[in-house]
Amino acid sequence: MSETRNAIQDIWGPRTPYHGTWPLRENERVTATPDHWVQSACVLCSNGCGLDIGVKDGRIVGVRGRAEDRINHGRLGPKGLHGWEANHSSDRLTKPLIRRNGQLEEVSWEEAMRLIVERSQELIRQHTASAIGFYTSGQLFIEEYYTLGVLGKAGLGTPHMDGNTRLCTATAGAALKISFGTDGQPGSYNDLNTTEAVLLVGHNMASQQTVLWTRILDRLAGPNPPQLVVIDPRRTYTAEKATVHLAPRAGTNLAVLNGLINLLIEADQIDHEFIKAHTVGFAELRQTVEKWTPERVEHLTGVPADKLLAAARILGNSKTLVSTALQGVYQSMQATAAAVQINNIHLIRGLIGTPGNAILQMNGQPTSQNTRECGADGDLPGFRNWDNPDHMEELARLWNVHPDKIPHWAPPTHAMQIWRYCETGSIKLLWIQATNPAVSMPELARIRRILQQKDLLVVVQDAFLTETAKLADVVLPTAIWGEKTGTFTNTDRTVHISYQAINPPGEARADFDIFLDYARRMDFRDKDGQPLIKWSTPEEAFEAWKACSKGRPCDYSGLSYEKLTGGSGIQWPCNEQHPDGAEHLYTDHQFNTHADYCETYGYDLVTGAEKQPEEYKANDPKGKAIILAADYEPPHEEPDAEYPLWFTTGRVVYHFHTRTKTGRARALQEAAPEGFVQLSAEDAARHGIADGDLVTVESRRGKVTEPARIGDIEPGLVFIPFHYGYWDHDEHDKRAANELTLTEWDPISKQPHFKYAAVRIRKA
Amino acid sequence: MHLGNYLGLLDNSEKQITKAFAQVSRHHKDEPDIEQMCQKLSAWSREHRGKLVPYLQRYSTQQSTEPARLKHELFSAARSGSLGLIRDLHDLWLLTQEVQLSWAVIQQAALALRDEELKATCAFCSARTKRQTDWLLGRIKQAAPQALVVAD
Repeated sequence: MSETRNAIQDIWGPRTPYHGTWPLRENERVTATPDHWVQSACVLCSNGCGLDIGVKDGRIVGVRGRAEDRINHGRLGPKGLHGWEANHSSDRLTKPLIRRNGQLEEVSWEEAMRLIVERSQELIRQHTASAIGFYTSGQLFIEEYYTLGVLGKAGLGTPHMDGNTRLCTATAGAALKISFGTDGQPGSYNDLNTTEAVLLVGHNMASQQTVLWTRILDRLAGPNPPQLVVIDPRRTYTAEKATVHLAPRAGTNLAVLNGLINLLIEADQIDHEFIKAHTVGFAELRQTVEKWTPERVEHLTGVPADKLLAAARILGNSKTLVSTALQGVYQSMQATAAAVQINNIHLIRGLIGTPGNAILQMNGQPTSQNTRECGADGDLPGFRNWDNPDHMEELARLWNVHPDKIPHWAPPTHAMQIWRYCETGSIKLLWIQATNPAVSMPELARIRRILQQKDLLVVVQDAFLTETAKLADVVLPTAIWGEKTGTFTNTDRTVHISYQAINPPGEARADFDIFLDYARRMDFRDKDGQPLIKWSTPEEAFEAWKACSKGRPCDYSGLSYEKLTGGSGIQWPCNEQHPDGAEHLYTDHQFNTHADYCETYGYDLVTGAEKQPEEYKANDPKGKAIILAADYEPPHEEPDAEYPLWFTTGRVVYHFHTRTKTGRARALQEAAPEGFVQLSAEDAARHGIADGDLVTVESRRGKVTEPARIGDIEPGLVFIPFHYGYWDHDEHDKRAANELTLTEWDPISKQPHFKYAAVRIRKA
Repeated sequence: MHLGNYLGLLDNSEKQITKAFAQVSRHHKDEPDIEQMCQKLSAWSREHRGKLVPYLQRYSTQQSTEPARLKHELFSAARSGSLGLIRDLHDLWLLTQEVQLSWAVIQQAALALRDEELKATCAFCSARTKRQTDWLLGRIKQAAPQALVVAD
């Protein structure tokens, strides 16, 4: 056993102060000396740190950060250094299961696949493929998503395919499309190396992307440190380092951001030339934000006017700016409208497409970027526009199918609607992959009820018997990271390859092979009667994806397994023009908004209605960025006499998602073995609650009981981390945060609102 | 001059659609997006009625009963289920057309009268009515295939 640091106690490691080039600092943790190392990257957040997997006698014995990788320069965080232990957990699924007489029984792959295929064919005969839905993940690889996307869209022809990315990055994608015409992060992590200011909105980077946060900590320790503006209702690790910390009331992000934009315009800290030459829509923005004076913002949000002014001064006076957003924006009221305002700050200041300037509409998961790119969620492959017949023709040509085979009569069905169709009975087969909705979806009592519905066949593809798998009709055991080969892309467009290091346990199979098996058994054919899916290895799938992406913003055509092997991850676009990738999109301030190229014709920011193609073409922005404004609207559920407190959810640094892996890594589990209810000293005193007392939190949808943790939160707000479910806890003793959350979503991105609900508390 | 008459007609249409959106919101509260959006769009129409008040006084009038009949035919009974939802949204869409056309007619009168204030009100409300229509059409198009082809 050797480790370069105890990452549980020393989360971010020692400082390497800098400005310019981020120094190397190699982190390693092994439990035995490896026979050999296998190239990969970390999958325990969206950062995508390059690492090598240490293997001894066919088992993973540790990891080391890859010094040459542009993302982490050798560093790894606590989840990366420990999470691999889950691969060898004794409760891995090793055989397929089928529910018989109420019990899950071990069966052969042949039996399990035959059941799924027979049911699929029967449903297609009786109801069309629209009776089949897929709820996938942000955890698979490009090769798997693309295969799934093709079999769903051109094989089955069902519009019902989305991922848990709907809970995680749907708003990031929507906001980028709205402002710039297509998805794709304009900047890079490297912009943090020189930037003068960082704006973090609803993004607890210190806990979520610990290695990315290390970049900022190292800048803060070096010469010319950046100034930090943090918007978060809790005093998080991130907020502790802020130059200015704004702690707004739940659901008021848009009012704060409109207030900041108003101050920038009032102080004339805007780039008039840029606005005129490269944007449309500024006049409406000015008109919308002008009433959001600091006093009005303070009255509504609780953010003191002088703090708002201090934050605006930082944003207005910095010559370079990196802004980031995550779930505090994406899972709260007016998610897309608020995320778009972050883009607008950069557009009106003209801070985009140049070094030191970045907008990072963060992803939550390691491969959620690829769900969006490959069309395994509510988007079409290669950021194509479902409403553009030419784009559909392109896909049809590529797959050699009739264009009408590909569902494009409406936007692909979003996850919340897929669940609703299951609830109302028109989706009769729901196939869930690598995600655990029985803990991660809002209003869990409802999700459990749907999963157990009589006429719904639930297929769960997972490595563990999760809370969701326990309710399934068919369970398919899967290989996970380290047990299969594939590629994936992080938040700043960096593509990594992850090689198979060890064999999966028992009969577990790669998701890729399960999809290929299903496609073969379903006998999906193209127009010429040839097999629809023409690849059988991950590398062949990657080549097919390259062809699909060519000419689109996410152009992978210059990449190959060979090119990705041995060095650093490489950013897309990677093609003839950018053979080694590109750090910035839009360097010439020409955006992807041309009517024939854009991914969307736009939305009404209030109703979410999609704009009509004719309308868009009549005012074709032709490469100008789109500035859209929206006014504040109150949340749909607010505290009242019965439920007097706000409720919000979030993360702890040691865990990822529903702890499927991190809860099975000893040190991570011991560092944070149970959930808690965080509340202010004022609210604790009012209810006679002391630190550690069990507290029952109740909403209109359910109740949970967890120990109290007092402090570092605004009075009137209660917080529970969302990681903790029931696979290692009595399911009758409710503790999952999502027992309390509500079923509603953003009108544009359709991302559910996890970040506010009304609750009441009492000492248990 | 019949402008007052027509303003009354429009006021009644906006009243009907305000009620109709609220009713659909109540009847389909199992569809979270329908419940919330219909409440919001109902509030928009209510606000339009408020904006009409000064003109109703300026061009005083007697009321017409026509649009009330329209609503009566469209929403005969509470509907449920996915097909019921589409039929309700369908009827709401028709009501928005009635409202939209009334705003267009009144805008013509406002132009002839050089009533700048009324012109601005027409522009504002007519644009918002179009947003109601757009949302309804988008939601109908999304729901139609599943309701007509797959649902029992």
